[in-house]
Amino acid sequence: MAILLSQIVFIEEQAAGIGKSAKIVVHLHPAPPNKEPGPFQSSRNSYIKLSFKEHGQIEFYRRLSEEMTQRRWENMPVSQSLQTNRGPQPGRIRAVGIVGIERKLEEKRKETDKNISEAFEDLSKLMVKAKEMVELSKSIANKIKDKQGDITEDETIRFKSYLLSMGIANPVTRETYGSGTQYHMQLAKQLAGILQAPLEERGGIMSLTEVYCLVNRARGMELLSPEDLVNACKMLEALKLPLRLRVFDSGVMVIELQHKEEEMVASALETVSEKGSLTSEEFAKLVGMSVLLAKERLLLAEKMGHLCRDDSVEGLRFYPNLFMTQS
Amino acid sequence: MHRRGVGAGAIAKKKLAEAKYKERGTVLAEDQLAQMSKQLDMFKTNLEEFASKHKQEIRKNPEFRVQFQDMCATIGVDPLASGKGFWSEMLGVGDFYYELGVQIIEVCLALKHRNGGLITLEELHQQVLKGRGKFAQDVSQDDLIRAIKKLKALGTGFGIIPVGGTYLIQSVPAELNMDHTVVLQLAEKNGYVTVSDVKASLKWETERARQVLEHLLKEGLAWLDLQAPGEAHYWLPALFTDLYSQEITAEEAREALP
Repeated sequence: MAILLSQIVFIEEQAAGIGKSAKIVVHLHPAPPNKEPGPFQSSRNSYIKLSFKEHGQIEFYRRLSEEMTQRRWENMPVSQSLQTNRGPQPGRIRAVGIVGIERKLEEKRKETDKNISEAFEDLSKLMVKAKEMVELSKSIANKIKDKQGDITEDETIRFKSYLLSMGIANPVTRETYGSGTQYHMQLAKQLAGILQAPLEERGGIMSLTEVYCLVNRARGMELLSPEDLVNACKMLEALKLPLRLRVFDSGVMVIELQHKEEEMVASALETVSEKGSLTSEEFAKLVGMSVLLAKERLLLAEKMGHLCRDDSVEGLRFYPNLFMTQS
Repeated sequence: MHRRGVGAGAIAKKKLAEAKYKERGTVLAEDQLAQMSKQLDMFKTNLEEFASKHKQEIRKNPEFRVQFQDMCATIGVDPLASGKGFWSEMLGVGDFYYELGVQIIEVCLALKHRNGGLITLEELHQQVLKGRGKFAQDVSQDDLIRAIKKLKALGTGFGIIPVGGTYLIQSVPAELNMDHTVVLQLAEKNGYVTVSDVKASLKWETERARQVLEHLLKEGLAWLDLQAPGEAHYWLPALFTDLYSQEITAEEAREALP
């Protein structure tokens, strides 16, 4: 079942609604007299609707629009293309109908375009104002750096919160709190509360990706951005909260309960010794943590000299470091 | 009684400094800060107005989202930097992308055992759409890329590797250097490579090709096939999407191979 692209006059999208799937409406020229037999010989309607029950309409619409713009069939040998429907033809009544439809569609398209272009216009104006703010903030940041004028700590804090509101990157990094703001400080305290129990369930450590999912799933709305999370976590230690952010050599970032490191490494060594040797996957399964973090813990134990590795195509395996203990 | 002039002296000094600055035409930082505060309030109002008229546009129109993001980038503003930002709060762009981030992480985690943490943008797109369900708002591939770029802030792990005409999304911190990447790009055509393929296409020595392929094997990104005709095939499950999405039987799969 197929329809030539050259039959298409115009396409438009219909958004999904309750009980309705998203649709693309394809308005067609009248069928040529020599059309192939199909499911129906004729129809009252001059359009078909494509229903997208489970998404895909955005990509489909985009590609079809591209094809409609390129109109490659007009460059092809003419055995297929018939009326391009601009001139008079047999069945004048039909032609008038088509012209009427085309006109209506053209108006509708112009109106949609107008809405979009109005939105773009308003957006551009907004951006001009936003740009002024960016310039202003750069000037202020420079002055803070050069210490022109007397900026108090409070004022710096205010400035940072302005930058946060506008989404402007903070060029001024003050000692204690980095690029964090009051907001991030509060967030850090909240996180300490929320994460205590989950951390204990997971051997005292969670990757930042795990934390991001956990916290945002719990919030449901007014979600945290990845940067919000990182900035808040950077303040944990300074605020003397019982968790802290840690960055491994590999760049993996985790939240861990303080003062647990020695314990964790010692228990890792014990576990490996009991089993003779372990890979990250095996260790992860035993201890009930993610493979990623299991690997980091074993690497840490190795770094501290408690374990040594056997690295082969079959994988990375850790053994108790007998070179150290049995010299 | 005279008050000791200390306090007054300090104030006078400051006034003098201010006057000197003003003379030179330099504006003090404090003054600029006050100005920024006022402008910020005005901007917030403008943005609210914009949101009331066009918030739908952002929600429903991925093209518009792209334009919006590009404009922000041009002027040096990141609308997704914080959930507390105006853009996020008033236009709702934040929640859209941050939630998408969570969905992306979950899909990658679920499929990691199969593909080692490497997945094509297409497959990720399909799976995310499936997970979001029928009534959720549609997302484009551009939306996914933007969400992933934000996720990079959470530490190494997320990477975007261009291959063929599309992208591979890396979701585990496997160390992939340029050699590995270029071999992945080579594998995209057939879903596998052999040492000979690598040597022929990239003009490498045997040892270099072998090392790269073994690294991919070790990281769980490639599977070794010793029963293939000729030499060993290194398959990349991340590139298997076509086979899986058609849900053909093992028999049909075997027959479909070149």
